[in-house]
Amino acid sequence: MTKLLQTLVDGVSVGCLYGLIALGYTMVYGILKFINFAHSDIFMLGAWVSFIVARALGWANPDQPGSLGKALFVLAAAMLFCGVLGFIIERLAYRPLRRAPRLNVLITAIGVSLFIQNTGQLPWLLGTQPQRMPALLPDSTLLTVAEVQIRQVDVVVIITVLVLMGALEWLVHRTKVGRAMRAVSFDTRVASLMGVPVDRVISITFVIGSSLAAAAGFLYASKYPGLNQPAHATWILLGLKAFVAAVVGGIGDIRGAMFGGLLIGMIEFFGAAYLSPHLKDVYVFSLLILVLLVRPAGLMGKPVLEKV
Amino acid sequence: MPLLEISGLDVYYGAIHALRSIDLAVEERQIVTLIGGNGAGKSTTLRTVSGLLRPTRGSIKLDGKSIVGLPPHEIVRRGVAHAPEGRGIFANLTVDENLEIGAYSRRDDRAAIDRDRERSLELFPRLRERLRQNAGTLSGGEQQMLAIARALVARPRLLLLDEPSLGLAPQVVKTIFHIIREINQAGTTILLVEQNAHMALHVAHRGYVLEVGRIVKSDDARNLASSDDVRKAYLGGV
Ligand SMILES: Nc1ncnc2c1ncn2[C@@H]1O[C@H](COP(=O)(O)OP(=O)(O)OP(=O)(O)O)[C@@H](O)[C@H]1O
Ligand SMILES: [Mg+2]
Repeated sequence: MTKLLQTLVDGVSVGCLYGLIALGYTMVYGILKFINFAHSDIFMLGAWVSFIVARALGWANPDQPGSLGKALFVLAAAMLFCGVLGFIIERLAYRPLRRAPRLNVLITAIGVSLFIQNTGQLPWLLGTQPQRMPALLPDSTLLTVAEVQIRQVDVVVIITVLVLMGALEWLVHRTKVGRAMRAVSFDTRVASLMGVPVDRVISITFVIGSSLAAAAGFLYASKYPGLNQPAHATWILLGLKAFVAAVVGGIGDIRGAMFGGLLIGMIEFFGAAYLSPHLKDVYVFSLLILVLLVRPAGLMGKPVLEKV
Repeated sequence: MPLLEISGLDVYYGAIHALRSIDLAVEERQIVTLIGGNGAGKSTTLRTVSGLLRPTRGSIKLDGKSIVGLPPHEIVRRGVAHAPEGRGIFANLTVDENLEIGAYSRRDDRAAIDRDRERSLELFPRLRERLRQNAGTLSGGEQQMLAIARALVARPRLLLLDEPSLGLAPQVVKTIFHIIREINQAGTTILLVEQNAHMALHVAHRGYVLEVGRIVKSDDARNLASSDDVRKAYLGGV
C-alpha cells in the first residue's frame, strides 16, 4: 500500500512535468508540423536559469530557509528568460525557413539544439560541471497518508502544473489569440485570409511553449536538485520522453499531451517499482511503439491521412 | 477610379506560368465575374489579390493604392475578404468561432461587429441554429454559407468568392446566388469566380473570360451571356 501510493505520487508529479514539456512539442507541431528538437534544451535551460537566478540572489545558501515567494520569483524569471529565448530562436532560425521543405527545418532544429547544448557548456556560461539546485522550498513533508510522506515539492509540482494547464486551456479556448492559434493550426493559409497575422501567432506559440518548458525545468530541478551539465544525456532523455508523451497523446492535441505525460510518468514509475528499475526507459519506448502500431494518431488524436 | 484594378499581372508557380499579363478592373458596387475552365487561373487571380501569392510582374491597386507585397492579413485590413476555393472552414472550431475569426482584423467596437454578425446570420438563418456546433459537422451547403457569412463579418469593401456554387444542389445554388445579389445590393463590391457561367453571368454586371492564364474576353455580363463563343464554351452550347 505504502509503495503503491509513493509510486503514484512520483508518477503523477513526474508525469505532470512530461506533460508540461510535451505541450511545447505538440503546440509547435500543431502549427508548423515539425518537431522542435531544441525544445528539450529550453527545458534544460529552464532548470539552469533557475539555478543561476537563485545563486545570484544569494538564495543558494543552505542555511537560509526557502519560501514560496522565492520559488515563485525564480519560476517567473526562468519562464520569462526561456519565453524570450523561444521567441528569438523562432525568429532567427525557423522563420526564414517558412517556405522551405520540412526536412530543412527539422535539421535546423537539431542544429539549434546542439548549439544550445554546446555553447551552454562554455566555461564562462554554464560550464561542464554538474551543480546543485538550492532548495527554495522547505524540503518538508506536507502530510503523511498511510505512511506515505507527501513532500511539499510534489504538491507544488502538481499544483503549479494544474494552474499552468488551466491557464493554457483558458487561453486556447476562451481568448481571441487562442482561437487564432487553433485556426492557424488547422489551416494556416485560410487563417491568414481571415486577417490573422500568422507569424505573430507562431511567435506567441513559441513563447508559450518555451515558458512552459522553463516551468518544467524549474520544477524538475526542485524535485531532483542534482543539476546535470547542459549537454548531459539526461536532458535529452527527459525531452525525448516528453516527446513520446506528445505522440502517445496524439501530436497536435493539447489535452493529449497532458494525458500522455501522465501516462508516461505512471508507466515509468510503476514499471520501475514493480518490475525492474533498470528497464524504466524500455517501458516508455515500448509504449510508444505499441501506440504507433495500434493507434498511430495517438490515444486522443484524430486519425489524419498524412504521411510525415 | 475602380475599387480594384489589376494590370499586366504575371504569376508563376515555380516554372508554371499561371497568369499571363492579366488586366481586370472591378468598379465599386458591382459584381464582376471571372469565368473559365479548369486550370484557367481563376483561383490564382484571387490568391494573388489577397496576398497569398506574389506576382512576378504587374500591379494590383485597391482604391488606387498598390497592395502588392502586403501580407494577407494587411490586405484583409484594407477591406478585402476572400472566401477561398473549397470553403476553408475551420472544422475544429464551432460555427460561432468561425464567424469570430472572420472579424479578427476589425478594430472597431464590439457592437458594430455584432451588428454585422447578426446581418450575416439573417442572410443564413440555418447557421444560427448551429452556432455551437463544430463547423466540421456542417453539410457542404451549410459550410459554403458559413464561408460567405464569415467573410462578411470582416465587413469587406471587396468580397472575393471562389466557386461558391461548387458541389451544391441546384436549389442551394439558387439560394447562394440570390444572397450574393443581396450582399451586393447592400453595398459590397464582389469579384466572383465561377464555373457555373450561367448563374454567374446572370447576377454579375461585368464578366471576364479566362483561358489558360489569359483574359480572352471581357464585356457586360449580358453581352457575354449572349455571345456565341461564350455560349459554346461555357454555357453548354446551343
Ligand atoms: N500550388 C500550385 N502549384 C503549381 N501549380 C499550380 C498550383 N496551383 C495551381 N497551379 C496551376 O496553375 C494553373 C491555374 O490554376 P488555378 O487553380 O488558378 O485554376 P482555376 O481556374 O481556379 O481552376 P479550377 O476551376 O479547376 O479551380 C493550373 O494549371 C494549375 O495546375
Ligand atoms: Mg479554382
